[in-house]
Amino acid sequence: MTLDQTQPGQAFIITSIEDDFARLQAIRFGIAEGARAICQTILPGGPVVVRKGKQEMALGRNLALRIQVKPVEG
Amino acid sequence: MAHDHCHSPAAVNIPQGARKIVLAGNPNVGKSAIFHTLTGVYVEVSNFPGTTVDISAGRLGELGVYDTPGVYGVSAFNEEERVAREMILQADTIINVVDAAHLDRDLFLTLQIIDMGFPVVVVLNMMDEAAAHGLNLDLAKLSAELGVEVVPTVAVKGTGIDLVKEAVGRAHPGRPTEAIRSRIPDGVSLDDGVMILEDDDAVCARYDRQPAGTREEIYRLRRERADQIVERVVSETNQGATFATKLGRWTLHPLYGALLLAGFLGVMYYLLGVVVAQDVVAVTEEIWMGEYYIPFITGLVGRVLPPDSFLGQIVIGEFGLLTMTVSYLVGLLLPLVLGFYLFLSVAEDSGYLPRVAVLVDRLMTRVGLNGRAVIPMILGFGCVTMATVTTRLMGTKRERTIATFLLSLAIPCSAQLAVITVMLAPLGPIYILTFVVVLFLIYGLAGAVLNRMLPGQSSDLLIDLPPLRVPRLSNILQKTYLKAKGFLVEAWVFFALGSVLVSTMNASGILTWIQNGLAPLTESWLGLPREAAGAFLMGFVRRDFGAAGLFDLGLSAHQTMVALMVITLFVPCIASIMIMLKERGKREGAIIWVVDITLAMIFGGILHRVMFW
Repeated sequence: MTLDQTQPGQAFIITSIEDDFARLQAIRFGIAEGARAICQTILPGGPVVVRKGKQEMALGRNLALRIQVKPVEG
Repeated sequence: MAHDHCHSPAAVNIPQGARKIVLAGNPNVGKSAIFHTLTGVYVEVSNFPGTTVDISAGRLGELGVYDTPGVYGVSAFNEEERVAREMILQADTIINVVDAAHLDRDLFLTLQIIDMGFPVVVVLNMMDEAAAHGLNLDLAKLSAELGVEVVPTVAVKGTGIDLVKEAVGRAHPGRPTEAIRSRIPDGVSLDDGVMILEDDDAVCARYDRQPAGTREEIYRLRRERADQIVERVVSETNQGATFATKLGRWTLHPLYGALLLAGFLGVMYYLLGVVVAQDVVAVTEEIWMGEYYIPFITGLVGRVLPPDSFLGQIVIGEFGLLTMTVSYLVGLLLPLVLGFYLFLSVAEDSGYLPRVAVLVDRLMTRVGLNGRAVIPMILGFGCVTMATVTTRLMGTKRERTIATFLLSLAIPCSAQLAVITVMLAPLGPIYILTFVVVLFLIYGLAGAVLNRMLPGQSSDLLIDLPPLRVPRLSNILQKTYLKAKGFLVEAWVFFALGSVLVSTMNASGILTWIQNGLAPLTESWLGLPREAAGAFLMGFVRRDFGAAGLFDLGLSAHQTMVALMVITLFVPCIASIMIMLKERGKREGAIIWVVDITLAMIFGGILHRVMFW
């Protein structure tokens, strides 16, 4: 499934990011492919806020559509 | 490791050949606070050559200490990163400031700097915040993993700064990421080698190499190591969220977040639109400038230069260089620019601004921008010229074009807003509402059309959300001062040129000639008296002059609406046109200008015909 389909509170592993710049930036932020993160909030029709540890990151909806995730047990 | 080909910025009091200590770190890690406690009060701030990015320089004994913009890595993704990269490449020693509560994110940069072979001291700042988050860090283990000294600090309280000063002298290169070090090509310095492996265009070009496309691989290797280190070093003693964390989450809640944003905008409107734009400006412009300065300077210069002569008009005439330009810059722009930057600095340093960007992202994507465009849009209500300069922070050229166009078309600056408010208020709520809704629709429509027409793709929102914090007063004041100064230093010449241009046109009669030429359009298409064209032209000089010129024409309510709409859309003032030409290039700037005028006329005419109430 893609990141925009997750629910707030759901944990997941990021499996792929189909955007070159976002992939590099995500590696630097520490929320890259292979990382386990939690969906913090989804703004209606808007960005998805993702949390890993104390780190929070907001991704625009169009970008979230291009990020594949695999849900895992919280 | 310093390269001679780079210029040395802001080095006045720093001894020639002094060792360069460069502070590097992610955004919002307290780097500036560390810098100021290290260097004391004697700090010089300047623009990095060829950019709008500020860098600070100070002294620590015989050492030159330089602060850099906050970045997530050494690369050249945007202007701030290019500056930080350039400064880091010139460094003799690097003080890497790290947020103890966000070690996993920050270690990427730390490891990159270590991989590049620089002598490093790692300053683990915000130890108090990490403790409040229930994080326990094993500093000895972290130091062993990195191979460099790690100094814990709480910069805002000054804790640990003395230890940093001592450690700087002992700084040495750390333990690099082996998988990366082993791949550095022969005959290349370590820092250049890492840059080459990471496809850095400038360094590759210097060695006459093609970027090999290995950047992502190198980034991954480094990320893996950073994550491993965090696993060994950090332990969590509780899972509890602090109050700041909870508040941070409420700010993005669909309902509370929207209410907070409405409150934020309300406060902004009151402080900037009412207090500064009306009350403060009434004193600074009307009294200080209008009653004291202008009569004084006109009298003084008038003794040697007849006010009615051609030169006299240009220097001390109605739109003169020493009269209007000075009064405009000091009496009107200065308080507005200070007010807007003060407000923005508070929003930025408290961590609320990135959250506003998240909240408005959805609306912004409709017009081909992303949430980060909220900064130029907010500034636009202060001064469109100032806002146009800040469009540089946007990710793609496409977004810079869209933002510049929307600013010039549908964002009234505060000077103009004040006059619009005064003229609309007596017409009653229906007219006010119509004006706001129509302007908003035009903004949305123009942006949506441009978003479809322009080739390429806009960048998506991808931002790190810093925790909410109480901002430091000294940081805010300094930032406000620097930004306001930076803008005025860059823009004053355009305001001056604009006034010379208009004075010349006025003195030579060209202004009247254009006004008469425009008359048919004004009268038949817009249904306004022919003198309204004069008011539109005055809008070039200062947007509020244009609107003010409409006061005396005895317009009906209907005509007032049409005229105000045309004036708002028409064109930004002459200074912002010049900044637009400079920022977007002559061709694109000119197109935007012509389209603005055309659209103003079209929408004005349509409004005149469809508005039946």
